[in-house]
Amino acid sequence: MSIEVLEPGLLTTVQDCGRHGYRHLGVGQSGVLDSFSAAVANILVGNSPGSPLLEMTLRGPVVRFSVPARIAICGAGIDVHCGDLVLPLWRRIDLAAGSTLHFGACRSGARAYLAVNGGFEVDPILGSTSTDLRAGFPGLAGRQLQAGDRVRLAHGIQPDCSEPRIARCWANPSPELDFKQTALVHLLPGSDQLADADALHSTPWTIGSASNRQGLRLSGASLQLRNPREAISEPVMPGTVQLPADGNPILLLADAQTHGGYARIGHAIRADWPRLAQLRPGERMYFVPCSTGQASRLWRRQQQGLARLAIAVSRADQA
Amino acid sequence: MNSRFALEPLGEDAFLLRFGSSIDAATNARVHAVANVLQQHRPSWLIEIVPAFATLAVQVDLNQLAHEVNWRERIQTWLLAHADAEDVGMAPAPATMHTIPVRYGGEFGPDLDGVARHAGLSPDEVIKRHCAARYQVGMLGFAAGFPYLIGLHESLITPRHATPRTEVMAGSVGIGGEQTGIYPRKGPGGWQIIGRTDAILFDVQRQPPALLAPGDVVVFRAIDERGRPLA
Repeated sequence: MSIEVLEPGLLTTVQDCGRHGYRHLGVGQSGVLDSFSAAVANILVGNSPGSPLLEMTLRGPVVRFSVPARIAICGAGIDVHCGDLVLPLWRRIDLAAGSTLHFGACRSGARAYLAVNGGFEVDPILGSTSTDLRAGFPGLAGRQLQAGDRVRLAHGIQPDCSEPRIARCWANPSPELDFKQTALVHLLPGSDQLADADALHSTPWTIGSASNRQGLRLSGASLQLRNPREAISEPVMPGTVQLPADGNPILLLADAQTHGGYARIGHAIRADWPRLAQLRPGERMYFVPCSTGQASRLWRRQQQGLARLAIAVSRADQA
Repeated sequence: MNSRFALEPLGEDAFLLRFGSSIDAATNARVHAVANVLQQHRPSWLIEIVPAFATLAVQVDLNQLAHEVNWRERIQTWLLAHADAEDVGMAPAPATMHTIPVRYGGEFGPDLDGVARHAGLSPDEVIKRHCAARYQVGMLGFAAGFPYLIGLHESLITPRHATPRTEVMAGSVGIGGEQTGIYPRKGPGGWQIIGRTDAILFDVQRQPPALLAPGDVVVFRAIDERGRPLA
């Protein structure tokens, strides 16, 4: 039981909800960048929200299923065909054995997720199946998928159908993800203050082409610190906004290194990480100031939305 | 706040305890002592305890805490109480001592001669001084299992390469400014490479996976190509 990778796409990796408890050894978090879309995809197929799935970046792979499977595709607005049939996103879909999914380009957003009932079977390393591209573990030998790879599927539901069967119900990603709106990212204060306190919030920021799973490289205004200091390496976290000497901020994502020597001028709140994960090079975003109380409320709202979806899916299955 | 440390926010789910802002062994030892106390009293909501040279980060599990109205205040009180407790001074982190055998110079340490020239010393004297020191593992970072070692002899301080090498072999022992360290894995790196060890710095099949822990003590021992100790 596996899916075979016929074409790998731009950057396709196995990810789960990340590797925790090893930052003191220099091991970062990894895991899905858009935890919201990944959780919805898993919930729609009946998995627990943090199960391993495939994360695709900007252009997806071509994969063939050796067995019938129940799947869902969520996240970026990606083109996907099965034969002549265009498959919808944010829905449960049952596939016959031998089905080939042709993923194309993301028309909006940057990262899409393919969940399969039962999950992908990858041996966990340090408690997680997430591919750590920097450390080189585990996923498939710690790297992105390549043509010819077979990713094992855990034993899951094998629906009986000869062509794709698409569920009528769909999950609505709004307001967590709305690609028609310019992204507004809530920012908590960092340790280092800017010479102009409003400089971060008063201009739009453009996502640089060198951005990756480690961080978004932003350009807009050239920022200056109020009190530049000789910085030594200190812990950083996903969400941390660093300011190197060139004045262009870097917003760290799930593959963030564990320590960094640059000033920390803010922290993007977790509820906004899914939207950050979907920003494409050249797109613009704004920062808005935020309190820790507001961060907690937005995080809880997102988690409660996922919990309600899980209940609705489970009720629909029982009905 | 507190005379011995400050508590800084590090996003919505992490805090930074600051004990200083320079690289020195005494401040770093305090970081590891506090990390050790937090580890000993570790509640289930404490996901990460991340030491650095003069700071210590902790990350908490929002899923366990976010439903509490005043969780931040509770966690901050807990951190302050434990980081300031009398038993911090009484319970230094258990510093395991490691002896790392190193083949210095030649193909193993292509920058040994350059470091010697920069220091105005002979290569043998560089090796002698590098082996004479007791180093403290200030922190692990940059890559999985990469130790930043504090205690390099002043005369051996050498700037990093202006342009990093695209490939440094696993086990390479390097000098980067006032620090020395070991590359666990082949990859790019800018430090001056003076030798190489066969020691496996990081192995996911091992528990714990990292050979060195923050706060441990390291000494280097020079060996020849066949692994025999050099006089």
